[in-house]
Parts: sequence; C-alpha cells; structure tokens
Amino acid sequence: MIIVDFLTKIFGKDGSNSKDVAKKRLQLVLVHDRASISPEILNKLKEDMIRLIGHYLEIDEAALQVTLENEKDTVALVANIPILGLKRAAN
Amino acid sequence: MKSQVLVITSGKGGVGKTTTTANLGTALAMMNHKVVLVDTDLGLRNLDVVMGLENRIVFDIVDVVNGNCKIKQALIRDKRFEGLCLLPAAQTKDKTAITPHQMKNLTNELRKEFDFILVDCPAGIEQGFKNAIAGADNAVVVATPEVSSVRDADRIVGLLEAAGLLGARLIINRLRTKMVKHGDMMDIDDILDILSIELLGVVPEDESIIVSTNRGEPAVLENNSPAGAAYKRIAHRITGEYLPIPVYDSNTENFIDRFRRILRLAK
Repeated sequence: MIIVDFLTKIFGKDGSNSKDVAKKRLQLVLVHDRASISPEILNKLKEDMIRLIGHYLEIDEAALQVTLENEKDTVALVANIPILGLKRAAN
Repeated sequence: MKSQVLVITSGKGGVGKTTTTANLGTALAMMNHKVVLVDTDLGLRNLDVVMGLENRIVFDIVDVVNGNCKIKQALIRDKRFEGLCLLPAAQTKDKTAITPHQMKNLTNELRKEFDFILVDCPAGIEQGFKNAIAGADNAVVVATPEVSSVRDADRIVGLLEAAGLLGARLIINRLRTKMVKHGDMMDIDDILDILSIELLGVVPEDESIIVSTNRGEPAVLENNSPAGAAYKRIAHRITGEYLPIPVYDSNTENFIDRFRRILRLAK
C-alpha cells in the first residue's frame, strides 16, 4: 500500500484530480443556477410529465429521469422515459 | 481623458475585493492618475484600514449623500500619492442609508474631479450590491479558484448583465501555482471555461498581502511582492495598455516535483 501511495505521488493521478471534480460539479450546479430552475421545479415537471404521458403510455415511473444538461453553450432538458407497454384503446 | 467608474465586486465575501480595490487604486495613483476609492460596505467598513487611513476619518459617504457635509470634506487625501483619495463608508448605519439614485449622483459628482472612481462593493447581492453598481460604467469581478467563489461570481455576472453592465472583467485572485500543478486547484482556463468573461488579470497567493494589510500599506508599494506586481500589471490593463498575463510557475520546486519532471521528460 505504501509503495502504491509513493508511486501515485510520483507519477501523479490521472483523471481523478480534485480540480476536475470541482469543475464538473460547478458546471452541473451552474446549469441550474443559470436556468433559475430549482430541483423542486424540476421534480414538479417530472410529476406532470408522468401524469400526461401516463394517459397514452404505460411508463416506468421509478426509472424516469428528467435532467438539465449542458452542452457547449446550450442547455437541454433531457428526459429518459422507459416505456413498459402501449395502452390499447378500449374498443 | 474621460473618467471611469469601476465597481469591484464578487458576491462571495473574503475573496479580496477590498485588497484589490486598495491595490488597484494605489497602482493607478502611482501612474499619476487621479483616483478616488469609494467604500460602500456600510456598517462593515474596511477599506480605510487596508489603506492605513483609518485615523483621519471625520465624515463618511452617508454624510455626503445626506448633505451633512461637502464631498471635499469627507474625502481623505492619501499623503503617499497626490491625487489618491478615499471616501469612507459609514460604520454605524446600514445598507439602506443610501439609495442607488443617490449613489449615481455621487459618482457623477466625483467624475468631475477624478480619472478613476473605484467602488468597493460589499459581499452579497442585496441593497449594498445594488447601490455599489448603480453609478458604474463597468465591473471587475474578483474570484478565487474555489467552487463557492466561482459559483457566486457566475451569479454576479448574471446580475450585472441584468443591470446593463455587460463588459464585466475577471480577476482570479489567490491562485496557488503549486496546487494547480498537482491538479488540486482549478487553473485559469478551467475558470474561464465556466465563467466565459474577459480575463483582466491573475493575482498569485502571496503572504506579503497579510503583512502589507497589517501595516496599512498596499502591496503595490512593496517591491518584492508577487501580488503587488500582478496588481500593477492589472492597473496598466485598466488604462487600456496591453500586457500579457504571465505564466505563473512555481519556483519552489521540491524534490518530488523535480524527480517527477525528470521522469516525465525521460518518457
């Protein structure tokens, strides 16, 4: 263990620098800050989407994910909605 | 020359707004400009002690806007440089003692006398901030390479834009080259990636700032202070000169650093 510590100290760790962690966390938190959308609002949006889409499709509510993502200079609302089955019209 | 009103702001407290204001003001005065430093941190005044002028205060900014005295009576002339003045904050009033409108009138009055009006903004985004930015032509945002400071700086940039101050420029303060080298502190590019505003300058971490604050003598008066030298360069940039940002390299390379460098070179 001591040898491993010594070697990482000499060669430096790759990819897990604390500054990279800081930058990633900042980028994520700033997406929310800039859009002025709080996690609570995002949760409400999620609930509304479940209700709306639930009218047409059978969805996996527990696995549904709604996030804001930052790509270059644009912010996108990304929703991942696993579908369990189509609701057949009752004839 | 047309005078400039610059507000020094940051959102987060303790990142070096007052130190920056004192040093940039002194550096501009060393370049023979007429400079006034305006402390708008009502109730928590500190620019006076950082400048070493705390014993000479008679009137303050609230006295001026309320008409209790003339501006000239409240201005403290710095004996070290002709043309360098301080307008101190009030210590016993709170932020609501001044309105943005009064602040705008005050800065316009100061324009008649001075080339540079540097406004030291209080921490926070409430009334004190709104007052400080009211009369400003442009803003200087101070941030340290830390998550909390950069986040607040981003918020400040947004609020400045909303108030019509579009060209805010950034000073990265207290950069520790050794930590950057080890990947334990965000570097200049990381911060610029996130904030996407123009970089005005970088000030390295420097113990002599504490010594100079102890004495009430801004670090730009010290010849061997790296931070003082950085502030002098920033002052030149403020006047429109082009000066490149130096590469901050740690000159305190230890045994491990040296060994690591040699091994990397060998690869």
